This record gives sequence, C-alpha cells and structure tokens, in this order.
Amino acid sequence: MRAYWAIFSQDIIMAWRLGNTSLAVAFLFIAVTLLPFGVGPELALLKRIAPGLLWVILILTMLLSLDRLFQSDLEDGSFDQLLLLNHAFEVIILTKILAHYFAIIIPVAIFLPIAGLMLNIDASALPGLALSILLAGPALSALGAIGAALSASVQRSGLLTALIVMPLYVPILIFGASVIGEPSSGLNWSSLGVLAAISLATMMLSPFAVAASLRGAER
Amino acid sequence: MSRKKIDWLQYYANPHNFMNLAQRVHLPLWGLAILALAYGLFLSFNAPADYQQGSSVRIMFIHVPAAWLSLFTYSFIAGASLIALIFRHPLGHVAARAAAPIGAIFTLATLITGSLWGQPIWGTWWVWDARLTSVLVLFFLYLGYMAIWRAIESPDQAAKMAAILALVGSVNVPIVKFSVDWWNTLHQPASVSRFARPAIHPDILYPLLTMGGAFFILFFALLVTRVQAEILEQRLRARYRGNLNG
Repeated sequence: MRAYWAIFSQDIIMAWRLGNTSLAVAFLFIAVTLLPFGVGPELALLKRIAPGLLWVILILTMLLSLDRLFQSDLEDGSFDQLLLLNHAFEVIILTKILAHYFAIIIPVAIFLPIAGLMLNIDASALPGLALSILLAGPALSALGAIGAALSASVQRSGLLTALIVMPLYVPILIFGASVIGEPSSGLNWSSLGVLAAISLATMMLSPFAVAASLRGAER
Repeated sequence: MSRKKIDWLQYYANPHNFMNLAQRVHLPLWGLAILALAYGLFLSFNAPADYQQGSSVRIMFIHVPAAWLSLFTYSFIAGASLIALIFRHPLGHVAARAAAPIGAIFTLATLITGSLWGQPIWGTWWVWDARLTSVLVLFFLYLGYMAIWRAIESPDQAAKMAAILALVGSVNVPIVKFSVDWWNTLHQPASVSRFARPAIHPDILYPLLTMGGAFFILFFALLVTRVQAEILEQRLRARYRGNLNG
C-alpha cells in the first residue's frame, strides 16, 4: 500500500512541479478565449453551444496531457523498476491512472465552471457540469492511458495517441454533453449514472490493456 | 474436437504450409470473386427501379454489402488478433494486418456511396444520423489501427500493440453503436429509415444477397493475396538480413 501511495503522490507532485497541472488549466482558458472569436460574441449562441464546446475542449486538454504519461518512465528505466516490484503491475497502472485524474482532471473540473460563466452558461447548471466531469474523469484517464501506452515507444506520439483515443471517447462525450444538454429539464441524472458506470468499467478493464502493452513496449 | 482444432491451427502456423494452401486456392478464389461480382452487377442493373427513388436505388447493391463487410472485417481483425495473442499464432498478426486496409476501404466505400445516395434522396450529402456517425467512428478505428502498425518500428512490438488496440476497439464498437443510437434519438426521432417498406421485395433482395456473397469472396481473395505478399516480404527481409550478416 505504501508503494502505491508513493507512486501516486510522486506522480501528482511531478505534474504540479513540471507545470502540467497549471498548463492544462491555462490551455482550458486560452481555448475558451478563442471560441468567441470563432463563432462571434453573441451571448445567446454561446449559451446554447457552450456545454458541448467545453466538453470538446476538455477532451483536447486530456489528449495534450497524455503524451508523456508513460513515455518518460519508459525512457528513464522507471518501468523496469516498477516491473521488478513485488506488486501487481496492473494495480500500479491503476494508481498512475488515478494520479493523472487527480493531477489534471480535478484541477480542470474546478476551473471549468468559471470558464462556463465566461461562456454564459446558467450559474445553476454549473455544479452539474463540474459533477459530470468529475464522474467521467476516471474513464477519460483510463481510456487515455490505453492510447498513451500503445504509442509509448513512438517518438512524437501526440497525433497517434489522439487518433487512437478519440474514437474511444465518443460515448463519454455523448453522455457527458447530455448531462446539461436541455436547460429546461435540469440535470440529466441517468446520464450521470451512465458516466459513473463507464468510469468504473474502464478503471477495472483498462489497466490490463495498459499493462500488456507496456510489457510489450518494454522489450 | 477442440484438440483437432488446435492441431489445425498449429499446422498453418508454419508459413510454408500456409503458402502451399494459399497458392492452391489463390486463383480459384479470384476467379470465383470476379464471376460472382459480374453476376451480382448484372442482377443489380436488371433489378426493378424503385418507384420513388428511381435508378439511384441501385447504389444500395454496393452500399449495403460494403457496410456488411466493414463490420465483418473488423470482427475478423479482432478475432485474428485474439488468436494471435492467445496461441501466439504468427499468422494471426499477419492476417489482421493484411485485412485492415481492406476493411478501411470497405468502410470508406460505405460512407462515399451512402453520401452519393443521400444527396438525391435526402437532399444532403451528410446527416448526423446514428448509423452514419457510428460507421464514421469505425473508419477512424481502422485508421488508428493502421497508424500503429506504421508508427512502431519493431514488427513484433507493433504486432502486439495493434492486437491490443483491435481488441479494445472491438469492445468499443458496440458501446459506440449503443451510445450514438441513444444520442440520435435524444435529439431527433428517426426521420430517415432506409427500409421504410415492411419487407424487401425478392426482386431486390436476391441481387443484394448475391452482391453480399460476391463481396465476401472478394474479401477473402484480397486477403489471401495480401497475406501471401506479406509472407514473401518477410522472407525477403530475412534473406536480406542474412546476406548482411554472413
């Protein structure tokens, strides 16, 4: 347990010190700033399309943060050490996935309501938006980890990871964007339930795929 | 029975044994594919035109079989990858790799013919209908699968990564299908159903099934050709390396 905790806290501290956390939040805001230039500053239009756009921006933020999720560990030999540990490699992977969730997605989810206000989303809908991202986050990290692991041995793997991961994100995007899709009807609780279910299932299954592909990349 | 099956799998794990088989079935398979396609096309052009859609309904005879094959090929890739991972069957990786571009082309053909058909009938090249969207996602899965084979230099490693991706994707395809259906019905009820009539008339069904069969045979003919080419290429590479070393 101590080993898992050490890996978890080290990953979070590294994300914080290397600036990955603050970069993800900064990317969120610069992308939100670009939107009105693209679609026009009309508040009614922004209000209608903002939830979906914020979800797309969130996914882009994820993809940019996935790039080096396993690559640096693979290059500097940390994975050899982790494989030699007397612990299940799959659980170590799950720890790293959770660390990514805590280091990237939770900070973004905290700042997302502010971005939502800038795009004229009703204040009453903002807690729902944050909740949906918190619930979907583990699935985003877990599926992203698969893409990161599959392309870990490739230099400049960003675009490859994106091509692999984006089709996997389609269901999450659909249910995530529908949580506050209809402003009149309030929160869509069944969508939140499906998001939670997807998160649990992917957290359970994806460590096996990630571990298998990292073992393959190790050779 | 399962013991016999394993033996059969093992026999063709030897590329030499497979090449023997492939050389025997190669030409007959292509001949059959061409004959079936010709017959299918003949039937398609002689099928009665639809009373509403006119002759453009004939696009269906390409469109629908291509859609069948796009799904079938993905299941084939997933199955071959599974066999390759579990039994460490070398031919599984080769077959999966060879099938991927064929499947991608079938998927692209589905999208393009669908678009060409949609223009005169629905009045638009593209709608974000559940079916169209999930086929488009399937196309991207094919692209990602092929990109991994290209990006990773070591062939053994690329084979393993691609197989894992194929299996992950095969879990993903039904989930995408389900969620896209749900998404579409949430926003608009099914306004475009392609087979509005209760049943397909035999005059149309028979050419459709013939074309479907022809596409299946064509798939296997293309597959055998591509697997043969792949094995020959591996042999060439091995020989080249041998010359370099000694």
